[in-house]
Amino acid sequence: MLELKNVKKTFNRGSINEKRALSGVNLKLEPGDFVTVIGGNGAGKSTMLNMIAGVYPIDSGAVIIDGKNVTLQPDYKRAAYLGRVFQDPMMGTAADMEIEENLAMAYRRGKRRGLGWGILKQEKKIYHEALQMLELGLEERMSSKVGLLSGGQRQALTLLMATLQKPKVLLLDEHTAALDPKTAAKVLKLTQELVKKNHLTTLMITHNMKDAIRLGNRLIMMHEGNIIYDIKGEEKRQLKVSDLLAKFEEASNGEFANDRMMLS
Amino acid sequence: MGVIMGIISSLPGALSQGVLWGIMALGVYITYKILDIADLTVDGSFALGGSVCAMCIVGGMHPMLAILVAIIAGCIAGAVTGILHAVFDIPAILAGILTQLGLYSINLRIMGRSNTPLLKQETIVDKLAGLLPNMKNSYTTLIIGILAVVIVILVSYWFFGTEVGSEIRATGNNEAMVKALGGNTRLMKALGLAISNGLVALSGALVCQSQGYADVNSGQGAIVTGLAAIVIGNVLLGWGKSFGMKMISVITGSVIYRIVIAIVMQAGWVDTSDTKLFSAILVAIALAVPVLIERHRNRPQVEE
Repeated sequence: MLELKNVKKTFNRGSINEKRALSGVNLKLEPGDFVTVIGGNGAGKSTMLNMIAGVYPIDSGAVIIDGKNVTLQPDYKRAAYLGRVFQDPMMGTAADMEIEENLAMAYRRGKRRGLGWGILKQEKKIYHEALQMLELGLEERMSSKVGLLSGGQRQALTLLMATLQKPKVLLLDEHTAALDPKTAAKVLKLTQELVKKNHLTTLMITHNMKDAIRLGNRLIMMHEGNIIYDIKGEEKRQLKVSDLLAKFEEASNGEFANDRMMLS
Repeated sequence: MGVIMGIISSLPGALSQGVLWGIMALGVYITYKILDIADLTVDGSFALGGSVCAMCIVGGMHPMLAILVAIIAGCIAGAVTGILHAVFDIPAILAGILTQLGLYSINLRIMGRSNTPLLKQETIVDKLAGLLPNMKNSYTTLIIGILAVVIVILVSYWFFGTEVGSEIRATGNNEAMVKALGGNTRLMKALGLAISNGLVALSGALVCQSQGYADVNSGQGAIVTGLAAIVIGNVLLGWGKSFGMKMISVITGSVIYRIVIAIVMQAGWVDTSDTKLFSAILVAIALAVPVLIERHRNRPQVEE
């Protein structure tokens, strides 16, 4: 469903701030794979997701989504295949527009926009039903501005928007990191439900090792722009946080004791 | 007494000019409020609308058709700024200044001189005056202005409700989201700038026909006038949250602005040459006051 072939990316090449973010990443996701991604700060997790989404061009390699080589496509064209939820709850929705207007735009992801009405009557039923699933009561205030919602509500809405048109791959970039623990748990539960219901191929970055182990059928660990650990199936189910910590220790020669990974 | 009579007699003219310039302010509203871009093309495209319209009429074209050509010219000017900004990543303000500067020469080229009078040619104001012979010129202009404003608001209301229109609104609101949902934000910005400057040129063409001449300097400071209309409208009718209401508030703001200018001029407080300074101060205060209020509201509550 998704394949990265030897993807390399260096930021600020040739300057003193040169930073190698990805040093030849290879990754292949089968349809229905739910992969959790962990790694310390600067390991290249977010860069990898951004490269898949086409936010910046890659230096070399190939990005293949559902058999199509999209390496040269800009982000808005790749959006036809991808559902995205960002870490910042403000980034996934348009605050000054209504809930239903936001959903209507998400409903048109990957489609040509014309001079037809931006939101049709029959669509509103679909949105009403979809919003019910969130159990936040948003279906009763579909014409409210999104800016009036809390961070958690906005993130739940973004998640719904990302999956309203079934994406080939769902990209979640620490989408619960900015939420309080209770809300984060709710959004994670919703993530699981949506992924299961739509059989979505998913790539989820998280800083929470317990979540990384608990969710999904596969786990990858990144360090200094490489995937250093890739585990799935039964082996992953047996995995413990202490195993991951040991892996980290090994990869970073003990330096990682300062990392915020320890806190989660 | 003379001053008050002077003010009263200047009101119909101020009202009609306010409505006509209001269309320009609507153009500014699209870039400044919807796209979140301060577009300085406006000064040039306003004069462009006048120049193109005047030359078309002098060349024997029907004044209605001349307006249409002016709108198209304005759209092209806006698209140029759009391309400079959205494709080549030139900061919006600079992109607008570049187009504006270029337009000054282009407008001189179009007219061949700095001023084109429409003395013998029939404008739409003359045409309507022919139908309503007993009406004062400023009222005829007002009717044309109101008709134009109604059409512009209806078309804008429709357009910004369409899929493309929603995408333009969303682009001004959250670019990252639009991209993630498959929207081409560069194209949307260029499109928004083109539409905005089309409206500005329409306003320039209407003002040119109502005054009976086109002038290469007519657009000087137009952006500030437009911003003044937006802020005044927001102060007076800011409670209206719907899109239609916002547009009406801009037109109202433009009319009030013209009336205020007419009053201070008739009262003799300022000269014609001082109006630009007056506008600049008015807009500066209007933009600064909300910031000061916000800062005051968020001041730390220091305990002894």
